[in-house]
Amino acid sequence: MALITYRDALNQALREEMRRDPDIFLIGEEVGAYQGAYKVSRGLLEEFGEWRVRDMPIAELGFTGLGVGAAMVGLRPIVEYMTWSFALLAIDGIVNAAAKLRYMSGGQFKMPITFRGPSGAANQLAATHSQALEAWYAHVPGLKVVAPATARDAKGLLKSAIRDENPVVFLEGELLYGMKAEVPEDEDFTLPLGVSDVKRPGDDVTIVVHSRPVHSALRATEILEREDGISAELIDPRTLRPMDIDTILDSVRRTNRCVIVEEGWPFCGIGAQIVDDIQREAFDYLDAPVARVTGADAPHPYAGNLEQLHFPQAEYIVKAARRVCYRE
Amino acid sequence: MATNITKSDELLGLDRDALVEMLRWMILGRRFEERCGEMYQVGEIGGFCHLYIGQEAVAVGALTPLRKDDYVITAYRDHVHGLLCGMDPGRIMAELFGRVAGCSKGKGGSMHLFDPAVGFMGGHAIVGGHLPLAVGIGYAIRYRETDQVCVCFLGDSVANIGAFNESLNMAALFQLPVVFVIENNQYGMGTAVHRAAAIENLADRACAYSGMQGWTIDGMDVLEVRGTIEMAIDRARTHKLPSLIEAKTYRFVGHSMSDPNYGHYRTKEEVSQFKSHDDPIKRFIERLVKRQVISAADLDSLEQEVKKILDDSVEFAKSSPIPQPDDLYSDIYTGEFPGIRRRDPWR
Ligand SMILES: Cc1ncc(C[n+]2csc(CCOP(=O)(O)OP(=O)(O)O)c2C)c(N)n1
Ligand SMILES: [Mg+2]
Repeated sequence: MALITYRDALNQALREEMRRDPDIFLIGEEVGAYQGAYKVSRGLLEEFGEWRVRDMPIAELGFTGLGVGAAMVGLRPIVEYMTWSFALLAIDGIVNAAAKLRYMSGGQFKMPITFRGPSGAANQLAATHSQALEAWYAHVPGLKVVAPATARDAKGLLKSAIRDENPVVFLEGELLYGMKAEVPEDEDFTLPLGVSDVKRPGDDVTIVVHSRPVHSALRATEILEREDGISAELIDPRTLRPMDIDTILDSVRRTNRCVIVEEGWPFCGIGAQIVDDIQREAFDYLDAPVARVTGADAPHPYAGNLEQLHFPQAEYIVKAARRVCYRE
Repeated sequence: MATNITKSDELLGLDRDALVEMLRWMILGRRFEERCGEMYQVGEIGGFCHLYIGQEAVAVGALTPLRKDDYVITAYRDHVHGLLCGMDPGRIMAELFGRVAGCSKGKGGSMHLFDPAVGFMGGHAIVGGHLPLAVGIGYAIRYRETDQVCVCFLGDSVANIGAFNESLNMAALFQLPVVFVIENNQYGMGTAVHRAAAIENLADRACAYSGMQGWTIDGMDVLEVRGTIEMAIDRARTHKLPSLIEAKTYRFVGHSMSDPNYGHYRTKEEVSQFKSHDDPIKRFIERLVKRQVISAADLDSLEQEVKKILDDSVEFAKSSPIPQPDDLYSDIYTGEFPGIRRRDPWR
């Protein structure tokens, strides 16, 4: 184990996988000479050379398709977006090509490609640069969607994403890159996709949360414990498609109460899907309606105070947990 | 720069077998599409179905000089390109019929034919969406240091979409062995080229990319197409340089099965003018007859041979079962995907 940042954990995952398999290559804007817009690819160009770490022109649609085409003939591309907001220009390559080629060809193609980059808001970057769009991708059959919240998860899940034979949308937290955690140094360390992680066990209420708000939710669980004597169980699905819903349902069947948190917008969000799964499969176990805490249903504002108001703050998670526990 | 290659009457130095083979492909392509039209009328084929009638010289001229290990990728008007790559006509027909014996098990249909085993990489129905994929295939060729090439066909309308510039720029920037072939059939659906593109010859756009050569050629002359593509293939294979060929051609039928042959956006006279004076198959036959390469009897036997292939392919398609209900959920992912039917208790 070593205490390293989320950024360095991703860097290790990339480096280890590229050393292991010469078919893996990394493309994106500023991934090479600049060492990555967020320094995730630091040192990789020097180690692997320009055919395996290639700076791309600012042409998201073009280089996304470059990756998909290379995957069609058996290579294993990793496509980095400077942020997922810019991948909106490439969504045809992800949704119409990568996600569909296997199905439309009757299984003639594998699509071992990883699309990755920072997602969610950073500090005052305003509406075009601050979005959590995981619900869009999780909607699409043919894609897998992963959103790690810690350095350990980031490393283990990125390695699995790269090894997967299917297209994986890998959403990193723009505000998580500097956050440290203990991470195994073992090259064989991976975490399987599609397995939830119980980040904190508890008995009274289940909190489901992924990506950066995991950390606000952890703070909320401490407040609930301290101020209300509420023992909250925190579950991070980590993979949003396929989602390990059973771990969530098992927890809800024990706690009988649930709060679902996400940074994205509320309407048709990830939480909306989880609520549906709970009401279909655990309706009789519920002692209160499921509550959701999301980003505000508004574009992301620039002003510092408004931006803070937009986030699913620990304070709101506490309120929601009290509500479902009837402790207001 | 766009240049016209000199029209040679030397038949490119090809021997009789090669010339007859090209003619055979053109006739097969024409008759296959006619048969698809008939099958559409009787309801065996559904959805969008775009026929290639009138454009045969482009695919035949461009694909007959390719090597078996080269790659080909195109848009949705793709049946004839697939055939030329060596796809089985029966499996294409079965795909159009929506049957399990189809090349994509009936899940892709007319616009999404695929057969990577013969280098046919599709069959893509989003205008311009496949150009970046061609660049990726070219990148993979360089990555693996082989001397394959990738030929990418595109419609005239694609010259105006963003993916065109992004792709051609990257192909030139990374020196990729990709040959882009614009099939300028004068219209993108009902929009004449001059109403969509602010340029006369689309291949002139090649000059925007260092190292890329452009040619605007007569796409109704199968030998002119072949002669040009041979130069482009050599540039790609030997020098890792991309090219842009614009083959001027014409589709004799509507855009898709629902579009009449003429009417709102082009006149009956225009269509019949092309059919009677610029039919690529007639032109090639006249040339071969004049040079005494083939006789009327040869033509007859070619037609017979092609008819047999088509009868067999329709027979094969009809005899194939339709997909099983379980196939709805297969081939989405490799391996297991837990819970894929969990939210679907009714089906
Ligand atoms: C991005 C996109 N926009 C619109 C369409 C609908 N559409 C299908 S074919 C077509 C015309 C394309 O014309 P062209 O590229 O010249 O090819 P042709 O049909 O003439 O072979 C249009 C507009 C589409 N498939 N994709
Ligand atoms: Mg056209």
